[in-house]
Amino acid sequence: MERYYQPEIECASREQIREWQSERLVKQVQNVWDNVPFYKKKMQEQGLEPGDIKSVDDLHKLPFVTKDDLRDCYPYGLLARPLSECVRIQSTSGTTGRRVVAFYTQHDIDLWEDCCARAIVAAGGTNEDVCHVSYGYGLFTGGPGLNGGSHKVGCLTLPMSSGNTERQIQFMTDLGSTILCCTPSYAAYLAESIHEKGVRDQIKLKAGIFGAEAWTEEMRHDIEEKLGIKAYDIYGLTEISGPGVSFECSAQSGMHVNEDHFIAEVINPKTGEVLPDGEKGELVFTSITKEAFPLIRYRTRDICILSREKCACGRTHVKMTKPLGRSDDMLIVKGVNVFPSQIETVLMNKGYPANYQIIVDRVNNSDTIEVQVEMTSEMFSDSLSAVSAKEKELVDALKAMLGIYAKVKLVNPKAITRSEGKAVRVIDKRNLYQQ
Amino acid sequence: MTVKQISVFLENKPGRLAEFTDVLSENNINMRAMSLAEASDFGIARVIVDDVYNAVTVLKDNDYIVSITKVLAVEMPDEPGALSRVIKVLGDSDVNVEYMYAFTARKKDCAYMIIRVADNKKAIEVLQQNGIRPVCQDELVEL
Ligand SMILES: [Zn+2]
Repeated sequence: MERYYQPEIECASREQIREWQSERLVKQVQNVWDNVPFYKKKMQEQGLEPGDIKSVDDLHKLPFVTKDDLRDCYPYGLLARPLSECVRIQSTSGTTGRRVVAFYTQHDIDLWEDCCARAIVAAGGTNEDVCHVSYGYGLFTGGPGLNGGSHKVGCLTLPMSSGNTERQIQFMTDLGSTILCCTPSYAAYLAESIHEKGVRDQIKLKAGIFGAEAWTEEMRHDIEEKLGIKAYDIYGLTEISGPGVSFECSAQSGMHVNEDHFIAEVINPKTGEVLPDGEKGELVFTSITKEAFPLIRYRTRDICILSREKCACGRTHVKMTKPLGRSDDMLIVKGVNVFPSQIETVLMNKGYPANYQIIVDRVNNSDTIEVQVEMTSEMFSDSLSAVSAKEKELVDALKAMLGIYAKVKLVNPKAITRSEGKAVRVIDKRNLYQQ
Repeated sequence: MTVKQISVFLENKPGRLAEFTDVLSENNINMRAMSLAEASDFGIARVIVDDVYNAVTVLKDNDYIVSITKVLAVEMPDEPGALSRVIKVLGDSDVNVEYMYAFTARKKDCAYMIIRVADNKKAIEVLQQNGIRPVCQDELVEL
C-alpha cells in the first residue's frame, strides 16, 4: 500500500493545489517587490506591479531569473530576509564563473526537509528504517537534505557522506541499512564492490534514492538487480532548495514536483513562451514558500516534460520527466527540439562509445541531421548485413528518442576531431544565427 | 582446414581504400586476395595475407577496426565447371555460402576460392567427402 508523509498535501485536489499556489504566489511577489530591489527593478522594467499578479494564471507575465542573474547578485543581492534571520547557506558545485550561494531561514530548512521526507516515505521509508546517506555533506545539498528528511521520517540516520567504500559496506552490514541515498553512479559502484566482497547476502537494503546526476533506465535496472532493491529518482537544485524539489513514487514513471512549494513551468527556451503539458522544454521554477532566497521563474536549463495525468500512487502533484538535456545546447531540427544528451543516452544504451559528432545541415530548404559514431571492435564483424543491422538498430533507437530521422554514419576510431582534448559535439552548418 | 581472413572497417570517404592498401604495402604485407563489400555508407575490406599476426598489428597501430574470421580456401582445377561443382556440393548439403571471392595462387593449373560459410566444420566434411580439399593456413604461403 502506498504511504505518504503528508497525505493531505500530496494527494490534495488539483483545485486545492491551485488555490495554495495562487495565494502563495501573490504573497511571494509582494514580498520580493518589498524586500529585493533586483526584483522590483525587473518588474518595473516590464511595467508590472505586485497587484498585476492575482493568481497563478498571471505567473507568465513575470520576467525570468537566470543563473547569470544569480552570479551578478552574488552573494547577497537576492536575499529577501535580513541575515539575522538566516541560519544556513548551501552552494552549488559550479565549475565555471562565480559560485551560487543560497540562503535558508530555519523555516526554509524545515520545508526543504519535509520535501525530502516525502521522497523517503514514497520510497517506502518508515521509522523502522535505517537510512544510509552517502551523498556528500557540506556545501552540497545532497547530504544535508536527505539527512534532514530522514530525521523527519524517524529513520535511524547514518550520516556516512561520500567515499570510503570499505567503511560504507561495513556500516551497511553491521547496522543493517535499509535505504541508501547517494548518486546513481556511486550506487552502481557500491553494488559492484558488494558483489566483489561477496557480502550481498548480508545486505538488508530495500530501496535507494538516487539523484544529483543523469542516469539511464539501464543503470536503474542494473542497480536494482545487483542490490535487490527498488531504485527511486530524486531531483533538485540548490537555487530552489536542494534535493526533493521533485521525487519518484512507486510508479517509477516521473517525479512528482512538490507543487505546494514550487510552481513548475515548461517553456520554449528560445522564445520564453510557456508550453502545454506533454511538450518538451526548459523547466522553470518559482519558489512560493521560500523566505530567505525566493526565486521567481528561475530558468533551470534542464529540459523536461510535465504531465498532470493521474498517477497510480494517488499523488496529485504534477510529474516531470528526468532531465532530457540542457537547454544551453538545444538544437532545433525540422522544428523538433534535439539535445545532444539524448543522442548520447542512445549511444550509451546501445554500447557505443560516447564519442560522437552531430552534423546539422540544410539541404534544399530541409534540415538534415547526421550522427557520426566511431566504430568499435565489438560492433564490427566480417558480415555486411550484421554491421548494417547494428546501424539500423541505432537509427531506430535515435528515431524513437528524437522523434525524427537521423542519419547514422559509422566512422573510423579517432576520426572525430578533438580540439584541446575536448570533442566538438555539434557542427551546425546552417548558420541560422549569423544574419 | 581453414584460413584466417582479416576484415577491416572502411569509412565511406574518398581515398579510404587506397589509404588502407597503402598501409599494407608500406609495411611489406602482401595481399593474396581481397574483396570489398559496400553498404551505402561504409565498406568492409576482406583480405587474405600470409602473415596474419603482423598484418593485424600493423592495422591496429594505424587505428583500423579489424576482425578475424575463419574461412575456407578451396583448391580446384583451373577448368570450366570446377567452381559450379563446389557450390553444388555445398548447396546439396544445405551449407549456405555467405560470400566468396577468388584467390590468386602462384601454382599452375589450380584455382582457389575463399568461401565464407556459417558452419565450417560441416562444409569441410562435405567437401572432403566429395574429394575437394580445403587448404589450411600453413599451406597458404606455399601456394
Ligand atoms: Zn505517483
